[in-house]
Amino acid sequence: MSVTPLLDVQHLTKRYGTRIGCSDVSFKLYPGEVMGVVGESGSGKSTLLNCLAGHLPPDEGRILFDTRTEGPRDTLTMSEPERRMLGRTDWAFVHQNPRDGLRMRVSAGGNVGERLMAVGARHYGNIRNAAEDWLERVEIDTDRMDDRPAQFSGGMQQRLQIARNLVSGPRLVFMDEPTGGLDVSVQARLLDLLRGLVRKMGLSAIIVTHDLAVVRLLADRLMVMKSGDVVETGLTDQVLDDPQHAYTQLLVSSVLQV
Amino acid sequence: MIKVENLAKSFTLHNQGATVIPVLEDGAFEVQPSECVALTGESGAGKSTVMRILYGNYLAQNGKVEIDGLDITRAEPREILALRRETLGYVSQFLRVVPRVPTLDVVSEPLLSVGKSEEEARERACDLLSRLRIPERLWELSPTTFSGGEQQRVNIARGFAHTYPALLLDEPTASLDAQNRETVLTLIEEAKASGAAIVGIFHDLAARERIADREINVTAFTPKAAA
Repeated sequence: MSVTPLLDVQHLTKRYGTRIGCSDVSFKLYPGEVMGVVGESGSGKSTLLNCLAGHLPPDEGRILFDTRTEGPRDTLTMSEPERRMLGRTDWAFVHQNPRDGLRMRVSAGGNVGERLMAVGARHYGNIRNAAEDWLERVEIDTDRMDDRPAQFSGGMQQRLQIARNLVSGPRLVFMDEPTGGLDVSVQARLLDLLRGLVRKMGLSAIIVTHDLAVVRLLADRLMVMKSGDVVETGLTDQVLDDPQHAYTQLLVSSVLQV
Repeated sequence: MIKVENLAKSFTLHNQGATVIPVLEDGAFEVQPSECVALTGESGAGKSTVMRILYGNYLAQNGKVEIDGLDITRAEPREILALRRETLGYVSQFLRVVPRVPTLDVVSEPLLSVGKSEEEARERACDLLSRLRIPERLWELSPTTFSGGEQQRVNIARGFAHTYPALLLDEPTASLDAQNRETVLTLIEEAKASGAAIVGIFHDLAARERIADREINVTAFTPKAAA
Protein backbone atom coordinates (compact mmCIF):
# COMPACT_ATOMS: atom_id res chain seq x y z
CA MET A 1 0.00 0.00 0.00
CA SER A 2 2.03 2.95 -1.21
CA VAL A 3 -0.64 5.59 -0.80
CA THR A 4 0.43 9.17 -0.09
CA PRO A 5 -0.55 10.08 3.46
CA LEU A 6 -3.09 12.88 3.65
CA LEU A 7 -1.25 14.31 6.60
CA ASP A 8 2.39 13.69 7.48
CA VAL A 9 3.36 15.25 10.79
CA GLN A 10 7.04 15.32 11.67
CA HIS A 11 8.58 16.17 15.05
CA LEU A 12 5.95 18.69 16.03
CA THR A 13 6.78 20.56 19.23
CA LYS A 14 4.96 23.39 20.93
CA ARG A 15 6.19 25.11 24.09
CA TYR A 16 4.44 27.63 26.26
CA GLY A 17 7.46 29.48 27.62
CA THR A 18 9.34 26.78 29.46
CA ARG A 19 6.33 24.48 29.69
CA ILE A 20 5.86 21.79 27.08
CA GLY A 21 2.58 21.78 25.14
CA CYS A 22 3.37 18.80 22.98
CA SER A 23 6.74 17.35 22.28
CA ASP A 24 8.21 15.71 19.17
CA VAL A 25 4.95 14.31 17.78
CA SER A 26 5.18 12.44 14.49
CA PHE A 27 2.55 10.43 12.65
CA LYS A 28 1.06 9.82 9.23
CA LEU A 29 -2.67 9.89 8.62
CA TYR A 30 -3.92 8.11 5.50
CA PRO A 31 -7.01 8.93 3.44
CA GLY A 32 -10.12 7.53 5.10
CA GLU A 33 -8.40 6.97 8.42
CA VAL A 34 -9.83 8.17 11.71
CA MET A 35 -7.35 8.69 14.50
CA GLY A 36 -8.29 9.26 18.12
CA VAL A 37 -6.04 11.23 20.45
CA VAL A 38 -6.69 10.43 24.11
CA GLY A 39 -5.18 11.56 27.38
CA GLU A 40 -6.27 13.48 30.45
CA SER A 41 -6.60 17.26 30.65
CA GLY A 42 -3.25 18.93 30.16
CA SER A 43 -1.76 16.00 28.25
CA GLY A 44 -1.22 18.19 25.19
CA LYS A 45 -3.90 16.70 22.98
CA SER A 46 -5.76 19.95 22.36
CA THR A 47 -2.47 21.81 21.80
CA LEU A 48 -1.58 19.23 19.17
CA LEU A 49 -4.96 19.56 17.47
CA ASN A 50 -4.76 23.34 17.39
CA CYS A 51 -1.24 23.23 15.94
CA LEU A 52 -2.37 20.81 13.24
CA ALA A 53 -5.39 22.93 12.32
CA GLY A 54 -3.29 26.07 12.05
CA HIS A 55 -4.77 27.76 15.12
CA LEU A 56 -1.49 27.73 17.02
CA PRO A 57 2.03 28.15 15.62
CA PRO A 58 4.24 25.23 16.69
CA ASP A 59 7.89 25.88 17.61
CA GLU A 60 9.38 23.02 15.66
CA GLY A 61 8.36 20.42 13.12
CA ARG A 62 6.61 20.05 9.80
CA ILE A 63 3.01 19.37 8.82
CA LEU A 64 2.76 18.07 5.27
CA PHE A 65 -0.76 18.06 3.86
CA ASP A 66 -1.49 16.36 0.54
CA THR A 67 -3.17 19.22 -1.33
CA ARG A 68 -5.52 18.52 -4.22
CA THR A 69 -3.49 20.36 -6.85
CA GLU A 70 0.11 20.49 -5.70
CA GLY A 71 0.60 17.32 -3.64
CA PRO A 72 2.20 17.43 -0.17
CA ARG A 73 2.86 20.97 1.11
CA ASP A 74 4.08 22.14 4.48
CA THR A 75 1.13 24.02 5.95
CA LEU A 76 3.44 25.85 8.36
CA THR A 77 5.43 27.55 5.60
CA MET A 78 2.57 28.31 3.20
CA SER A 79 1.14 31.80 3.08
CA GLU A 80 -1.69 32.84 5.38
CA PRO A 81 -4.25 33.16 2.52
CA GLU A 82 -3.32 29.69 1.26
CA ARG A 83 -3.73 28.24 4.72
CA ARG A 84 -7.06 30.01 5.19
CA MET A 85 -8.26 28.63 1.86
CA LEU A 86 -7.39 25.12 3.04
CA GLY A 87 -9.30 25.82 6.22
CA ARG A 88 -12.38 26.61 4.17
CA THR A 89 -12.13 23.89 1.55
CA ASP A 90 -10.23 20.81 2.66
CA TRP A 91 -10.35 21.11 6.41
CA ALA A 92 -13.11 21.32 8.94
CA PHE A 93 -12.96 21.94 12.66
CA VAL A 94 -15.68 20.76 15.03
CA HIS A 95 -15.40 22.56 18.36
CA GLN A 96 -16.44 21.12 21.69
CA ASN A 97 -18.70 24.08 22.27
CA PRO A 98 -20.96 24.58 19.25
CA ARG A 99 -21.04 28.30 20.06
CA ASP A 100 -17.39 28.48 19.00
CA GLY A 101 -18.13 26.95 15.62
CA LEU A 102 -21.51 28.48 14.81
CA ARG A 103 -22.72 32.00 14.15
CA MET A 104 -25.40 32.31 16.77
CA ARG A 105 -27.20 35.27 15.18
CA VAL A 106 -27.53 33.65 11.77
CA SER A 107 -30.27 31.13 10.91
CA ALA A 108 -29.50 27.39 10.86
CA GLY A 109 -29.77 27.36 7.07
CA GLY A 110 -27.53 30.43 6.91
CA ASN A 111 -24.90 28.76 9.06
CA VAL A 112 -24.69 25.87 6.62
CA GLY A 113 -24.98 28.04 3.52
CA GLU A 114 -22.28 30.44 4.64
CA ARG A 115 -19.62 27.75 4.38
CA LEU A 116 -20.68 27.07 0.79
CA MET A 117 -20.58 30.75 -0.10
CA ALA A 118 -17.07 30.95 1.35
CA VAL A 119 -15.93 28.46 -1.27
CA GLY A 120 -17.66 30.31 -4.10
CA ALA A 121 -21.27 29.07 -4.27
CA ARG A 122 -23.55 31.91 -5.37
CA HIS A 123 -26.84 30.41 -6.55
CA TYR A 124 -29.36 30.99 -3.74
CA GLY A 125 -31.59 28.03 -4.69
CA ASN A 126 -28.68 25.60 -4.79
CA ILE A 127 -27.31 26.82 -1.50
CA ARG A 128 -30.70 26.52 0.16
CA ASN A 129 -31.17 23.00 -1.24
CA ALA A 130 -27.76 21.92 -0.03
CA ALA A 131 -28.45 23.39 3.40
CA GLU A 132 -31.78 21.57 3.53
CA ASP A 133 -30.15 18.31 2.51
CA TRP A 134 -27.52 18.67 5.23
CA LEU A 135 -30.00 19.54 7.94
CA GLU A 136 -31.82 16.34 7.07
CA ARG A 137 -28.61 14.34 7.16
CA VAL A 138 -27.87 15.55 10.68
CA GLU A 139 -31.50 14.91 11.66
CA ILE A 140 -32.67 18.48 12.12
CA ASP A 141 -36.24 19.13 10.91
CA THR A 142 -36.04 21.34 7.85
CA ASP A 143 -38.84 23.50 9.21
CA ARG A 144 -36.25 24.71 11.75
CA MET A 145 -34.08 25.98 8.89
CA ASP A 146 -34.85 29.65 9.50
CA ASP A 147 -34.51 29.47 13.29
CA ARG A 148 -31.37 30.69 14.97
CA PRO A 149 -29.08 28.14 16.67
CA ALA A 150 -29.67 29.92 19.99
CA GLN A 151 -33.16 28.37 19.92
CA PHE A 152 -31.72 24.85 19.55
CA SER A 153 -30.83 22.32 22.23
CA GLY A 154 -27.14 21.54 22.83
CA GLY A 155 -27.32 18.30 20.83
CA MET A 156 -29.00 20.04 17.90
CA GLN A 157 -26.43 22.82 17.96
CA GLN A 158 -23.68 20.25 17.82
CA ARG A 159 -25.34 18.49 14.87
CA LEU A 160 -25.73 21.83 13.13
CA GLN A 161 -22.06 22.57 13.65
CA ILE A 162 -21.25 19.24 12.01
CA ALA A 163 -23.49 20.05 9.04
CA ARG A 164 -21.84 23.46 8.66
CA ASN A 165 -18.43 21.81 8.66
CA LEU A 166 -19.14 18.94 6.31
CA VAL A 167 -21.27 20.71 3.69
CA SER A 168 -18.24 21.89 1.73
CA GLY A 169 -16.89 18.33 1.38
CA PRO A 170 -13.70 18.57 3.44
CA ARG A 171 -11.08 15.82 3.32
CA LEU A 172 -9.82 16.21 6.85
CA VAL A 173 -11.92 16.93 9.93
CA PHE A 174 -10.50 17.99 13.27
CA MET A 175 -12.77 17.33 16.23
CA ASP A 176 -12.18 18.60 19.74
CA GLU A 177 -14.28 16.63 22.26
CA PRO A 178 -17.25 16.55 19.86
CA THR A 179 -19.51 14.86 22.41
CA GLY A 180 -18.29 16.73 25.49
CA GLY A 181 -20.98 18.45 27.50
CA LEU A 182 -23.85 16.46 25.96
CA ASP A 183 -26.23 14.05 27.67
CA VAL A 184 -25.30 10.40 27.23
CA SER A 185 -28.38 9.67 25.12
CA VAL A 186 -27.64 12.65 22.87
CA GLN A 187 -24.00 11.52 22.65
CA ALA A 188 -24.99 8.10 21.34
CA ARG A 189 -27.08 9.63 18.59
CA LEU A 190 -24.32 12.05 17.62
CA LEU A 191 -21.69 9.31 17.59
CA ASP A 192 -23.81 7.10 15.41
CA LEU A 193 -24.38 10.01 13.06
CA LEU A 194 -20.67 10.90 12.91
CA ARG A 195 -19.73 7.28 12.35
CA GLY A 196 -22.12 7.02 9.42
CA LEU A 197 -20.96 10.29 7.85
CA VAL A 198 -17.26 9.51 8.25
CA ARG A 199 -17.71 6.10 6.62
CA LYS A 200 -19.98 7.29 3.81
CA MET A 201 -17.89 10.30 2.88
CA GLY A 202 -14.56 8.48 3.34
CA LEU A 203 -13.36 11.30 5.58
CA SER A 204 -10.09 11.38 7.42
CA ALA A 205 -10.44 12.69 10.92
CA ILE A 206 -8.50 13.43 14.05
CA ILE A 207 -10.64 13.26 17.16
CA VAL A 208 -9.39 14.57 20.47
CA THR A 209 -11.30 13.26 23.45
CA HIS A 210 -10.88 11.89 26.94
CA ASP A 211 -13.82 9.53 26.39
CA LEU A 212 -12.57 6.07 25.48
CA ALA A 213 -16.03 4.88 24.41
CA VAL A 214 -16.04 7.60 21.74
CA VAL A 215 -12.79 6.44 20.20
CA ARG A 216 -13.75 2.78 20.40
CA LEU A 217 -16.74 3.57 18.25
CA LEU A 218 -15.20 6.08 15.86
CA ALA A 219 -11.44 5.71 15.61
CA ASP A 220 -9.42 3.22 13.56
CA ARG A 221 -6.30 3.95 15.56
CA LEU A 222 -5.26 5.68 18.74
CA MET A 223 -2.55 7.93 20.01
CA VAL A 224 -2.22 8.18 23.78
CA MET A 225 -0.64 11.35 25.18
CA LYS A 226 0.71 12.19 28.60
CA SER A 227 2.48 15.40 29.64
CA GLY A 228 2.99 16.42 26.01
CA ASP A 229 4.49 13.11 24.92
CA VAL A 230 2.99 10.36 22.80
CA VAL A 231 3.31 7.28 25.01
CA GLU A 232 1.52 4.69 22.90
CA THR A 233 -0.02 4.28 19.45
CA GLY A 234 -1.78 1.46 17.66
CA LEU A 235 -4.99 -0.08 16.43
CA THR A 236 -7.85 1.20 18.62
CA ASP A 237 -9.09 -2.12 19.95
CA GLN A 238 -5.53 -3.34 20.52
CA VAL A 239 -4.57 -0.26 22.56
CA LEU A 240 -7.76 -0.47 24.61
CA ASP A 241 -7.79 -4.24 25.14
CA ASP A 242 -4.05 -4.83 25.53
CA PRO A 243 -2.51 -1.51 26.60
CA GLN A 244 1.28 -1.63 26.90
CA HIS A 245 2.22 1.62 28.62
CA ALA A 246 1.63 2.18 32.33
CA TYR A 247 -0.35 5.34 31.68
CA THR A 248 -2.63 3.71 29.10
CA GLN A 249 -3.26 0.81 31.48
CA LEU A 250 -4.25 3.30 34.15
CA LEU A 251 -6.49 5.18 31.72
CA VAL A 252 -8.26 2.03 30.53
CA SER A 253 -8.68 0.56 34.00
CA SER A 254 -10.06 3.84 35.35
CA VAL A 255 -13.16 3.64 33.20
CA LEU A 256 -16.17 2.62 35.22
CA GLN A 257 -17.89 -0.45 33.83
CA VAL A 258 -21.62 -0.07 33.40
CA MET B 1 -3.09 -19.16 5.03
CA ILE B 2 -2.27 -18.75 8.73
CA LYS B 3 1.28 -19.22 9.91
CA VAL B 4 2.49 -18.66 13.47
CA GLU B 5 6.17 -18.86 14.41
CA ASN B 6 7.99 -18.45 17.68
CA LEU B 7 5.06 -16.64 19.28
CA ALA B 8 5.51 -15.22 22.77
CA LYS B 9 3.08 -13.19 24.83
CA SER B 10 3.24 -11.77 28.31
CA PHE B 11 1.23 -9.16 30.16
CA THR B 12 3.01 -6.50 32.18
CA LEU B 13 0.80 -4.97 34.84
CA HIS B 14 2.51 -1.63 35.38
CA ASN B 15 0.07 -0.50 38.00
CA GLN B 16 0.30 -3.65 40.06
CA GLY B 17 3.97 -3.60 40.91
CA ALA B 18 4.98 -4.15 37.27
CA THR B 19 4.11 -7.83 37.61
CA VAL B 20 4.95 -9.72 34.44
CA ILE B 21 2.68 -12.63 33.57
CA PRO B 22 4.09 -14.84 30.83
CA VAL B 23 1.28 -16.49 28.89
CA LEU B 24 2.73 -17.99 25.73
CA GLU B 25 6.15 -19.06 24.56
CA ASP B 26 7.41 -20.72 21.36
CA GLY B 27 3.95 -20.85 19.85
CA ALA B 28 4.02 -22.26 16.33
CA PHE B 29 1.43 -23.73 13.99
CA GLU B 30 0.02 -23.43 10.49
CA VAL B 31 -3.45 -23.64 9.06
CA GLN B 32 -4.07 -24.41 5.39
CA PRO B 33 -7.03 -23.27 3.30
CA SER B 34 -10.09 -25.53 3.82
CA GLU B 35 -8.63 -26.75 7.08
CA CYS B 36 -10.15 -26.33 10.52
CA VAL B 37 -7.94 -26.39 13.59
CA ALA B 38 -9.40 -26.52 17.09
CA LEU B 39 -7.49 -24.95 19.94
CA THR B 40 -7.74 -27.00 23.11
CA GLY B 41 -6.43 -26.72 26.63
CA GLU B 42 -7.83 -25.93 30.04
CA SER B 43 -9.44 -22.68 30.89
CA GLY B 44 -6.66 -20.12 31.32
CA ALA B 45 -4.23 -22.02 29.09
CA GLY B 46 -4.27 -19.20 26.56
CA LYS B 47 -6.73 -20.26 23.84
CA SER B 48 -8.48 -16.92 23.72
CA THR B 49 -5.15 -15.09 23.92
CA VAL B 50 -3.96 -16.95 20.82
CA MET B 51 -7.20 -16.05 19.02
CA ARG B 52 -6.89 -12.40 19.97
CA ILE B 53 -3.29 -12.27 18.79
CA LEU B 54 -4.34 -13.81 15.47
CA TYR B 55 -6.94 -11.04 15.11
CA GLY B 56 -4.44 -8.31 15.99
CA ASN B 57 -6.39 -7.44 19.11
CA TYR B 58 -3.50 -8.42 21.43
CA LEU B 59 0.08 -7.50 20.77
CA ALA B 60 2.62 -10.31 20.64
CA GLN B 61 5.93 -9.72 22.44
CA ASN B 62 7.85 -11.87 20.04
CA GLY B 63 7.44 -13.99 16.93
CA LYS B 64 5.60 -13.80 13.68
CA VAL B 65 1.93 -14.17 12.82
CA GLU B 66 1.38 -14.28 9.09
CA ILE B 67 -2.13 -14.18 7.73
CA ASP B 68 -2.41 -14.24 3.97
CA GLY B 69 1.22 -13.12 3.84
CA LEU B 70 0.84 -10.13 6.18
CA ASP B 71 2.79 -10.27 9.45
CA ILE B 72 0.25 -8.72 11.77
CA THR B 73 2.73 -8.33 14.61
CA ARG B 74 4.43 -5.64 12.53
CA ALA B 75 1.62 -4.33 10.34
CA GLU B 76 0.23 -0.78 10.38
CA PRO B 77 -3.27 -0.31 11.81
CA ARG B 78 -4.70 0.36 8.35
CA GLU B 79 -3.17 -2.87 7.01
CA ILE B 80 -4.76 -4.86 9.83
CA LEU B 81 -8.10 -3.15 9.23
CA ALA B 82 -7.91 -3.96 5.53
CA LEU B 83 -7.09 -7.57 6.41
CA ARG B 84 -10.09 -7.73 8.75
CA ARG B 85 -12.32 -6.26 6.10
CA GLU B 86 -11.31 -8.53 3.24
CA THR B 87 -9.63 -11.62 4.60
CA LEU B 88 -9.96 -12.28 8.30
CA GLY B 89 -13.28 -12.84 10.02
CA TYR B 90 -13.94 -13.25 13.72
CA VAL B 91 -17.04 -14.61 15.35
CA SER B 92 -17.12 -14.16 19.09
CA GLN B 93 -19.94 -14.95 21.47
CA PHE B 94 -20.71 -11.37 22.15
CA LEU B 95 -22.06 -8.74 19.88
CA ARG B 96 -20.66 -5.26 20.29
CA VAL B 97 -23.64 -3.26 19.18
CA VAL B 98 -23.63 0.22 17.85
CA PRO B 99 -26.77 1.88 19.17
CA ARG B 100 -29.61 2.57 16.75
CA VAL B 101 -28.37 0.49 13.81
CA PRO B 102 -31.02 -1.96 12.49
CA THR B 103 -30.20 -5.68 12.57
CA LEU B 104 -30.33 -5.98 8.79
CA ASP B 105 -27.68 -3.25 8.48
CA VAL B 106 -25.52 -4.82 11.18
CA VAL B 107 -25.44 -8.04 9.15
CA SER B 108 -24.99 -6.47 5.70
CA GLU B 109 -22.25 -4.03 6.74
CA PRO B 110 -19.30 -6.42 6.21
CA LEU B 111 -20.48 -7.03 2.64
CA LEU B 112 -20.96 -3.35 1.87
CA SER B 113 -17.48 -2.59 3.17
CA VAL B 114 -15.93 -5.01 0.67
CA GLY B 115 -17.80 -3.28 -2.13
CA LYS B 116 -20.82 -5.55 -2.63
CA SER B 117 -23.98 -3.88 -3.90
CA GLU B 118 -26.70 -2.84 -1.46
CA GLU B 119 -29.02 -5.42 -3.07
CA GLU B 120 -26.61 -8.32 -2.87
CA ALA B 121 -25.69 -7.49 0.73
CA ARG B 122 -29.33 -7.29 1.80
CA GLU B 123 -30.20 -10.54 0.11
CA ARG B 124 -27.39 -12.39 1.85
CA ALA B 125 -28.28 -10.77 5.18
CA CYS B 126 -31.95 -11.76 4.87
CA ASP B 127 -30.96 -15.30 3.96
CA LEU B 128 -28.65 -15.64 6.98
CA LEU B 129 -31.11 -14.09 9.41
CA SER B 130 -33.88 -16.43 8.33
CA ARG B 131 -31.58 -19.45 8.45
CA LEU B 132 -30.64 -18.46 11.99
CA ARG B 133 -34.33 -18.08 12.87
CA ILE B 134 -34.36 -14.41 13.76
CA PRO B 135 -38.04 -13.42 13.30
CA GLU B 136 -38.46 -11.09 10.34
CA ARG B 137 -40.33 -8.50 12.41
CA LEU B 138 -37.07 -7.84 14.32
CA TRP B 139 -34.88 -7.15 11.28
CA GLU B 140 -35.54 -3.45 11.18
CA LEU B 141 -34.85 -3.05 14.93
CA SER B 142 -31.52 -2.52 16.60
CA PRO B 143 -30.26 -5.72 18.27
CA THR B 144 -29.52 -3.75 21.47
CA THR B 145 -32.80 -4.91 23.00
CA PHE B 146 -32.66 -8.52 21.77
CA SER B 147 -32.22 -11.52 24.07
CA GLY B 148 -28.72 -12.88 24.58
CA GLY B 149 -29.33 -15.81 22.22
CA GLU B 150 -30.74 -13.58 19.50
CA GLN B 151 -27.78 -11.20 19.76
CA GLN B 152 -25.41 -14.13 19.47
CA ARG B 153 -27.15 -15.30 16.31
CA VAL B 154 -27.11 -11.80 14.81
CA ASN B 155 -23.39 -11.77 15.52
CA ILE B 156 -22.97 -15.12 13.79
CA ALA B 157 -24.95 -13.90 10.77
CA ARG B 158 -22.67 -10.86 10.60
CA GLY B 159 -19.55 -13.02 10.90
CA PHE B 160 -20.62 -15.29 8.04
CA ALA B 161 -22.03 -12.61 5.72
CA HIS B 162 -18.78 -12.18 3.84
CA THR B 163 -16.88 -15.34 2.89
CA TYR B 164 -13.54 -14.72 4.56
CA PRO B 165 -10.51 -16.76 3.46
CA ALA B 166 -9.52 -16.99 7.15
CA LEU B 167 -11.96 -17.33 10.00
CA LEU B 168 -11.62 -17.29 13.78
CA LEU B 169 -14.44 -18.84 15.80
CA ASP B 170 -14.69 -18.39 19.54
CA GLU B 171 -17.26 -20.91 20.81
CA PRO B 172 -19.67 -20.30 17.96
CA THR B 173 -22.21 -22.86 19.16
CA ALA B 174 -22.16 -22.00 22.88
CA SER B 175 -25.65 -21.77 24.39
CA LEU B 176 -27.51 -22.32 21.10
CA ASP B 177 -30.51 -24.65 20.85
CA ALA B 178 -30.20 -27.79 18.75
CA GLN B 179 -31.70 -26.36 15.57
CA ASN B 180 -29.60 -23.21 15.57
CA ARG B 181 -26.53 -25.17 16.52
CA GLU B 182 -27.08 -27.32 13.43
CA THR B 183 -27.41 -24.21 11.26
CA VAL B 184 -24.17 -22.75 12.61
CA LEU B 185 -22.30 -26.01 12.05
CA THR B 186 -23.59 -26.09 8.49
CA LEU B 187 -22.42 -22.49 7.99
CA ILE B 188 -18.95 -23.45 9.24
CA GLU B 189 -18.90 -26.43 6.88
CA GLU B 190 -19.89 -24.19 4.00
CA ALA B 191 -17.10 -21.73 4.83
CA LYS B 192 -14.64 -24.60 4.99
CA ALA B 193 -15.83 -26.00 1.67
CA SER B 194 -15.33 -22.61 0.07
CA GLY B 195 -11.69 -22.66 1.15
CA ALA B 196 -11.56 -20.88 4.49
CA ALA B 197 -8.75 -21.61 6.90
CA ILE B 198 -10.47 -21.85 10.29
CA VAL B 199 -9.17 -21.64 13.84
CA GLY B 200 -11.74 -22.30 16.52
CA ILE B 201 -12.37 -22.81 20.19
CA PHE B 202 -15.12 -25.37 20.67
CA HIS B 203 -16.17 -26.53 24.11
CA ASP B 204 -18.95 -28.43 22.38
CA LEU B 205 -17.12 -31.75 21.88
CA ALA B 206 -19.48 -33.16 19.26
CA ALA B 207 -19.13 -29.95 17.24
CA ARG B 208 -15.35 -30.08 17.52
CA GLU B 209 -15.28 -33.70 16.29
CA ARG B 210 -17.49 -32.88 13.36
CA ILE B 211 -15.78 -29.66 12.23
CA ALA B 212 -12.12 -29.82 13.21
CA ASP B 213 -9.49 -31.66 11.18
CA ARG B 214 -6.96 -31.47 13.96
CA GLU B 215 -6.43 -30.16 17.45
CA ILE B 216 -3.69 -28.01 18.89
CA ASN B 217 -3.33 -28.07 22.64
CA VAL B 218 -2.12 -24.61 23.59
CA THR B 219 -0.66 -25.99 26.84
CA ALA B 220 2.31 -26.81 24.62
CA PHE B 221 2.92 -23.07 24.38
CA THR B 222 2.78 -22.45 28.14
CA PRO B 223 6.04 -20.86 29.31
CA LYS B 224 8.21 -23.46 31.01
CA ALA B 225 9.19 -21.23 33.94
CA ALA B 226 5.59 -20.62 34.86
CA ALA B 227 4.50 -24.24 34.52
